[in-house]
Amino acid sequence: TASLVMYLFAEFDDAANLLAANPDATTISIDEPVEISKNQHGRLQEPGREEDDELLGTDDSDKTELLAGQKKSAPFWTFEYYQTFFDVDTYQVLDRIKGSVFPVPGKNFVRLYIRSNPDLYGPFWICATLVFTIAVSGNLSNFFIHLGKPTYHYVPKFRKVSIAATTIYAYAWLVPLALWGFLMWRNSKVMNIVSYSFLEIVCVYGYSLFIYIPTAILWIIPQKVVRWVLAMFSLCLSGSVLVMTFWPAVRDDNRRIALATIGTVVLLHALLAVGCLAYFFDTPELDFPAAIIPAHNGTTVITRSQ
Amino acid sequence: FAGLADVSISEDIPVEGEITVPVGSRSPDEDYSTLDEPVKDTIMRDLKAVAKKFVHVMYPKKSSALLRDWDLWGPLVLCVSLALMLQGGSADSKDDGGPQFAEVFVIIWFGAVVITVNSKLLGGTISFFQSLCVLGYCVLPLTVAMLVCRLVLLAGSGTVSFIIRLIVVVAMFGWSMLASTAFLADSQPPNRKALVVYPIFLFYFVISWMILTFTPQ
Repeated sequence: TASLVMYLFAEFDDAANLLAANPDATTISIDEPVEISKNQHGRLQEPGREEDDELLGTDDSDKTELLAGQKKSAPFWTFEYYQTFFDVDTYQVLDRIKGSVFPVPGKNFVRLYIRSNPDLYGPFWICATLVFTIAVSGNLSNFFIHLGKPTYHYVPKFRKVSIAATTIYAYAWLVPLALWGFLMWRNSKVMNIVSYSFLEIVCVYGYSLFIYIPTAILWIIPQKVVRWVLAMFSLCLSGSVLVMTFWPAVRDDNRRIALATIGTVVLLHALLAVGCLAYFFDTPELDFPAAIIPAHNGTTVITRSQ
Repeated sequence: FAGLADVSISEDIPVEGEITVPVGSRSPDEDYSTLDEPVKDTIMRDLKAVAKKFVHVMYPKKSSALLRDWDLWGPLVLCVSLALMLQGGSADSKDDGGPQFAEVFVIIWFGAVVITVNSKLLGGTISFFQSLCVLGYCVLPLTVAMLVCRLVLLAGSGTVSFIIRLIVVVAMFGWSMLASTAFLADSQPPNRKALVVYPIFLFYFVISWMILTFTPQ
C-alpha cells in the first residue's frame, strides 16, 4: 500500500509540474469524461440495464442534484426561501397528480415528474382535501346507511375532522421523515446510486395520497365488498408508485433490508387506508348502537348484529 | 445658478394654476381635528365603510374599494355571527355535535390566513391584510345562507326544508366564490390561477358543509 500511495503522489506531482510549467494550458475538468463513459457504458450494455437507467433517471442526474443545491440559496429566514417550494405551475401540479395515479412501469415518479423541483403545494393541499373529503364522505355515508331508522339522530360529528387532520398530516410528514432518516443511515453504510432529499420524499408521499380522494368519495356506497375492492385498487396504484420510487434507493443494499423497507412502506400505506375506512365509515347493515334509547312504546330497541 | 442658465420656458405655454387651497379639501390639519369630533361621527364613518364593502361583495364589480381601504371589522362581525349561529348544534355527547364556536372561528381565520400565505408563496402581488379582508367579507353570502337556514329549520326539518336549504347554500356558495375570485384573481400570476382558486373553493366548501349539516337541538 505504501507503494500505491507513493505512485498516487507521483501522479499528482506530475500534474502539478505540468501546470506550473505551462500555466495557460487548458485544463479539462474531471467530471465530464467520467459522465461520458458512464453514458456509453450504460448504452453499450444489454437492454436489461436500460430500464435501470430509466429508473435512475436521465443522464444528468448528477447535474440536477448539483442544481438542486444551488437553487435554494436564499437563507431560511427569508420569504423567498419558502417561495422556492411553491415554484410550480398549474400544469405541473396536474402532471404530477396524473403521474401518481397512473404509474408507468419502469418510470420513476421522482425523476420523471419532480426533477429536483419538489413542491410543497401538492402535498399540503392534497392532505387538506383528503381530510375534508374523508370527514364529509364518512358523514354522508353514515347518514345514508342509517336513513329511515327511527332511533337514529343525525349528528355531524365534527370532532372527527380534527382526528382525520392529525392522522393524515402526521402520516404525510413523519413517515417521510423516518424513511429519509433510514435511507440516509443506510447510505452511510452502503454506497447507493440513488438518494432522495427529504422534500422529494415528502412530495412523493403527498402526491401518492391523491388516489384516496376519489376512493373516499366512492366509499359512500354502502357495500362492504365494493369498499374493500376500492381500497385494494387504490392501494395497488399508489403503492406501486411508492415501490417504484424507492426500490432503486434500496436495491443495492442487503436483500432482506431492502425488502423489509419496501414492505414497511406498503404496509403503512395500507394501514392508513384501512384505518380511515374502519374509523370514519360505519359498517353497512349494522345497526348503530349510539345509545340505549328506549323506543317510544317502552321496549328497548334490539340491535341486529352482523 | 449656472445650471439654470439654459432652462427657459417657451413663450406659448401658458402657466396657470391656483395658489389658494380650495375650502373643503383634506388638508393635514383636518386629520388632527378628528379627535374633537363627536364619537357618533367616528363610528358612523367606520360603519359606512364597512357597509359600503358589504354592498361591494353582494354586487361584485371590479372595484378597488375592497382592496384599497381594507379593514377587518366586517370579517370579524361576520365570523362571530356565523360562529354564534352554528354553535349549539344537536349533540348527544359533546363529541358528536357540530362545530363549536372556537372551531368555527379557528377554521375561518386560520383558513383565510393559510390561503393568503399560499397565494403569496405562489407569487401573488396582493398584500396579506388585503387578502384577509376580501376572504372575510366574501363570507357574507354564506352568513345570509345560515340565517335563511335557521329560519327554514324553525318551520320544519323534513325533506322539503332540506331541499330548500340545499338550494340556498349552493347558491350562496357560488356567490361567495364569484365574489372572491372577482377580487383576488387579478393579482395572481396567470399560469397559477387555478392553484390559487382551488384552496378558496375548499375553504368556502367546508363552511357551506358546516352550514348545510347544521341540525338544531
